[in-house]
Amino acid sequence: MILRNLMIAASATAIMAAGASAETLRWARAGDSLTLDPHAQNEGPTSALAHQIMEPLVMRDHSGALVPALATEWAPSEANPNVWVFKLREGVTFHDGAEFDSEDVVFSLNRAMTPDSDYKELLASVKEVRAPDKYTVEIETDGPNPIMPNNLTNMFMMDKGWAEANNAVKVQDYEGGEDTFAAKNANGTGPYKLVSREPDVKTVLAANDSYWGKDEFPLQVTEIVYTPIQNAATRVAALLSGEVDFIQDVPVQDLERVAGTDGLDVRTAPQNRVIFFGMNMGDADLTSDNVDGKNPLSDVRVRQAMSMAINRDAIKQVVMRGQSAPAGMIAPPFVNGWDEAMDSSSATDVEKAKALMAEAGYSDGFSLTLDCPNDRYVNDEAICQAAVGMLAQIGVTVNLDAKPKAQHFPLINNLETDFYMLGWGVPTYDSEYIFNFLAHTKGEKYGSWNGTRYSNPELDAKIVALASETNLPERDKQIADIWQVVQDEQLYIPIHHQVLNWGMKSDVGTVVEPEDSPKIKYFTLN
Amino acid sequence: MFAFIVRRMFQSVIVLLVVGLVAFSMFRFVGDPIDNMLGQERTQADIDRLRTELGLDQPFPVQYFKFLQGAVQGNFGVSYRQGRPVSTIIAERAPATLELAFVSGFLAITLGIALGVFTAIRRQGVAANIIMTVSLIGVSLPTFLIGILLIYIFSVELDLLPSFGRGETVMIGNWSTGFLTASGLKALILPAITLGLYQMTLIMRLVRSEMLEVMRADYVRFARARGLSDRVINFRHALKNTLVPVITITGLQLGSIIAFAIITETVFQWPGVGLLFINAIQFVDIPVMAAYLMLISVMFVTINLIVDLLYYAIDPRLRVDARAT
Repeated sequence: MILRNLMIAASATAIMAAGASAETLRWARAGDSLTLDPHAQNEGPTSALAHQIMEPLVMRDHSGALVPALATEWAPSEANPNVWVFKLREGVTFHDGAEFDSEDVVFSLNRAMTPDSDYKELLASVKEVRAPDKYTVEIETDGPNPIMPNNLTNMFMMDKGWAEANNAVKVQDYEGGEDTFAAKNANGTGPYKLVSREPDVKTVLAANDSYWGKDEFPLQVTEIVYTPIQNAATRVAALLSGEVDFIQDVPVQDLERVAGTDGLDVRTAPQNRVIFFGMNMGDADLTSDNVDGKNPLSDVRVRQAMSMAINRDAIKQVVMRGQSAPAGMIAPPFVNGWDEAMDSSSATDVEKAKALMAEAGYSDGFSLTLDCPNDRYVNDEAICQAAVGMLAQIGVTVNLDAKPKAQHFPLINNLETDFYMLGWGVPTYDSEYIFNFLAHTKGEKYGSWNGTRYSNPELDAKIVALASETNLPERDKQIADIWQVVQDEQLYIPIHHQVLNWGMKSDVGTVVEPEDSPKIKYFTLN
Repeated sequence: MFAFIVRRMFQSVIVLLVVGLVAFSMFRFVGDPIDNMLGQERTQADIDRLRTELGLDQPFPVQYFKFLQGAVQGNFGVSYRQGRPVSTIIAERAPATLELAFVSGFLAITLGIALGVFTAIRRQGVAANIIMTVSLIGVSLPTFLIGILLIYIFSVELDLLPSFGRGETVMIGNWSTGFLTASGLKALILPAITLGLYQMTLIMRLVRSEMLEVMRADYVRFARARGLSDRVINFRHALKNTLVPVITITGLQLGSIIAFAIITETVFQWPGVGLLFINAIQFVDIPVMAAYLMLISVMFVTINLIVDLLYYAIDPRLRVDARAT
């Protein structure tokens, strides 16, 4: 079956390449989508590809604003504050011709809430999904949830009938040992249909002629050929030699080369990801330091001194070649709750830092180990190296331990690191998401990424209360209060916001999206 | 002869078991797959549940035993990264690697032997000296650098050959081949040279030094005294006697061409098993890593066996020794 598909695809691409090459977009990035099952992996490249084929109820445009996709309007129910009502777009069909209606939404959301789904946390507050009529869906949560729609932007809709007919009701699970149909095939409502796919090699999509948004979007690309190219030098070479039209991850050292080439452009925008250091401030003694019997990081003055010692502008200039925005808080700029004053509050002041260290009783400094990933963020290891030198200026001797991400992240999760690097993106564009994972005490439901051992019951209560605060101005005030605590306590040492660089042929028109998830239907070709 | 084969087979099984055991004891140092598999929003409960589901909470001898149990029945498990059976994935990827290995092996052997003989016969010639000097590059430059240099020259600057991928492929049964399309053949050139260059220079230098040795031997002088033509002396008498060490090296190198195509495949985004393995390491995809390592060790063991048997065929003295003991 696959083989036949591939043969057809090979001949189909050959024909199309001859006939309509002008409208083909050859797109490459470092990683491939892991699966076509829309609920199995909540991961960047996976949902980026899925966005071409499938659609959520609401989605974000390039400015980060919520825009209608399969739902045309949404609002909390007037009768019950715990219910969100979504009006669905009428006359939408799936690629196989089946009609899209509320039954499919109920099915898809329930599927995304099953234990094997990677999206169930985003729907954790959902009690029931109902379909009062063909084009209305009600989502009832266990309390008022003011930002429910924010959680649905990557929640793709599947056809119930298709899933049932193809044994794809269950989310792909690793233990089952079966090849699931939905991992290799897709039937969405999106602007592009799947023509062929060979994981890690090539995926070909063709324009969906019966797409509902045909007149709304440019849709100038009629065929997408998506190829993962892992090696950065090869990826850039493929763009330079004209074998691909658009690459996502341009390495910072090659930006000038690409921008300086005739017919190629680099487009840049801030990314929805902030890079920072976390510190173990909760333990009575640290295992990796040279201070016996006490934990220097538990003193807020030490944490502040360490933050002041970091020269973020130098990191930007030297390590990132200008491709970063120094940060003062651990929220990307377009997130609700972001504050300009807080984000620019991180000035370098080595003298003051030294004074704070002396005041805290560490004028001779101390030593500790910094754990850092070396294959996760842009120049992650180099940033850590720079930080080592900067912290040495205030007497903090840092031993750098850089490892692949697969070894680094378990350290944070198992509370085995005292000082670590972490990067964070906020898919809901709301500060609550940051607090839930990074500021709340680490426990079963909350704080799963909080490796600082920080625990403040009062703050925890405020964070939990955010979820059901429906008065939005009041909620924003609460968010600001929580940020004030996070900043005053110097819970983390923010470094910078990452910047996205997309490289493309000059005649490809697009705007860089902060999620790093291009939506090809917006692309133009001149 | 039969006893020899049985003995070697028995040894091979032990080698395989040990490779598997070492591999499994190493996996814990590669990292934890759980964080890669679950999204950013995972809770502690998810982590524990998945860990139990995958059996990662068990000690590695138990995990190894389970793997063996499945492997004996032909079931290598499901890839953590792709969610598809490992055997299917490897079967899909193997043709790409085997075709690449075949072409670069062929290039390495034919060019290596031809240039080796040439440089041995024309030892003082200008051409031979140039070849010897250039061949130093092949031995000393790392593969990824050669690959990137070739991409830079032939794809970016000259725009002649593709920088990545396999081009169009055609399916013949279960085998995807790039031999039958123009773009497939073009895509083969740079990776095959990158992968085969080291082997070629190695074979060339080996043939050359063996030839020089043999050319000084008495029987070659006698052959010359008999008035035999240069061609007969060079190829029938001299070359044939240099082949025993060449076959050993070539055999082992063939194994490493397949096993260590990893770097070449990464540079050229060649969709073979090497690239699969690199991805598996980054993702800590234990089923894929385990299956790959086992397959590679099966291959090395088989190649060694074949090489040993070839000695018998080429060198009559071994047969005599075997009978005497």
